[in-house]
Amino acid sequence: MSVFKKFWDDVSSLWSLIVGLKVTGKNFADKNVTLHYPRETVTSGQLEGFRGPLELIGKPKDPAKPKCIACMMCVTACPSKCITVVKAKAPKPTEAELQAMKEAEERGEKVKKPKAPKEPAKFLYDFSLCSLCGSCVENCPAKALRYSSNVYLTVTDRKELKMDLLARLGAQAEAAAVETVVENPKNVEAEPVEKEAGTES
Amino acid sequence: MPVELIKLLIALVAIAAFVGLNGLVLVYLERKVAGFVQRRPGPYEVGPQGLLQPLADAVKLIGKQLFTPKGADKLLFWMAPVLSFFPVLLLFLPIPFGPVATGMEMNLGLLLILAFAGLNVLAICLAGWGSNNKWGILGAARGVAQSVAYEIPLLLSVLAIAFMTGSLNLTTIVEGQGGWPWQWNVFVQPLAFIIYFVSALGETNRAPFDLPEAESELTAGFHTEYSGMGFGMFFLAEYANMIVVCSVAAALFLGGWHGPFFDGAWWFLAKVYTLLLIMIWLRWTYPRVRFDQLLNINWKWLMPLALLNLFITAFVMKL
Repeated sequence: MSVFKKFWDDVSSLWSLIVGLKVTGKNFADKNVTLHYPRETVTSGQLEGFRGPLELIGKPKDPAKPKCIACMMCVTACPSKCITVVKAKAPKPTEAELQAMKEAEERGEKVKKPKAPKEPAKFLYDFSLCSLCGSCVENCPAKALRYSSNVYLTVTDRKELKMDLLARLGAQAEAAAVETVVENPKNVEAEPVEKEAGTES
Repeated sequence: MPVELIKLLIALVAIAAFVGLNGLVLVYLERKVAGFVQRRPGPYEVGPQGLLQPLADAVKLIGKQLFTPKGADKLLFWMAPVLSFFPVLLLFLPIPFGPVATGMEMNLGLLLILAFAGLNVLAICLAGWGSNNKWGILGAARGVAQSVAYEIPLLLSVLAIAFMTGSLNLTTIVEGQGGWPWQWNVFVQPLAFIIYFVSALGETNRAPFDLPEAESELTAGFHTEYSGMGFGMFFLAEYANMIVVCSVAAALFLGGWHGPFFDGAWWFLAKVYTLLLIMIWLRWTYPRVRFDQLLNINWKWLMPLALLNLFITAFVMKL
């Protein structure tokens, strides 16, 4: 009995050959997905899920300032140690303010000492070490990190891969501001992704 | 007699040109189909739609240095590609391309093709042995085992047709079939056709039976050490062999030059190219089989089925 069953299994599994041919046949008839690079460039619609080098997300009201709260979660989470965040220091009080504080203290009042703002003073990112694992993006409590859509990143020097993300965000905000001034609302789908590397620091 | 000789010479030259031209077309076709199956454009930059790509490839192959590896048997090493390519030209002689376009009509045409097709195995064996390379010898050993195994069901399925038509002359076999598909031999002998086609894939070392080459395991198998035209000859021989097996299939099973409405060589070429396209399609669909699977398919399935088919054919013919 089992011999016949095995025989039948072998014969019926021939169907999978037809299934395979159907799959390749369908792909053969489908449209190409390749872009002929110098003549065509990627549109933003084609970049869904693309993991480019990290970038910071600006605050909705002040796009030049990152949403980052300098909590160091990304630095801790990063397995490649490619992120360096320096917390912003508390602003140094001027002489007059110091004097005022001292006097207030002497009077026995509660003094409000200037606190460090919750923002990064420096946000450095070494793309040459990054494995794009996404731990930083997942762990960011402020949702201040994301992958950029920088497909055409090319550098001629390894040093250029050490990116200053704050400077990059500033440049992006500036570019966005210029764009809104020019008032050129082209459809986003067809617009090629910006080519700038954003590595200038 | 000299007229015969001149005719033979012309046929051989024409065949050489045909093989070279088809090699170019097939290289292009193969790469384009591979590209489309993987949803990329394939060759695109050289010439319009990459049409000149095979020419560029050929020029590259011709221009490359012929390199003999250290410790190789020089004579055998360089004999192998020649032995692989030149007998293939002979295989085209008895193939009836059209009502008159036959290189040399002979009574035992089918036998000649089957006999000389076996020389390719020898070439593979010599190439692997001569190149003094472990991948080469492994590929050659596989090639020999595979070709010897797959030749048997191939012969048996061809024999079924020979039993039916009572002839080994390809022209006679084609003339015995009509123009419409139900008048073709494949209609009477579908099993023989399938067995023939699968065995032909095995004989020509095409994927999924490309174990003698098996890039992932044996770098390039028997032609690992060949560069330039040494490799080019093997390559050309593989494509020429593909055309031969497809031509024989077209002649034996698909009515040869006969076709609906107008008989002629174009029907033959159309059938051959359809089969070639199917071969290419199969290559880019299936993964390579393991060697034990390869031999199991042959000895446990193709052989018994071919024998059964042959017996039934003989029985029915006797009735």
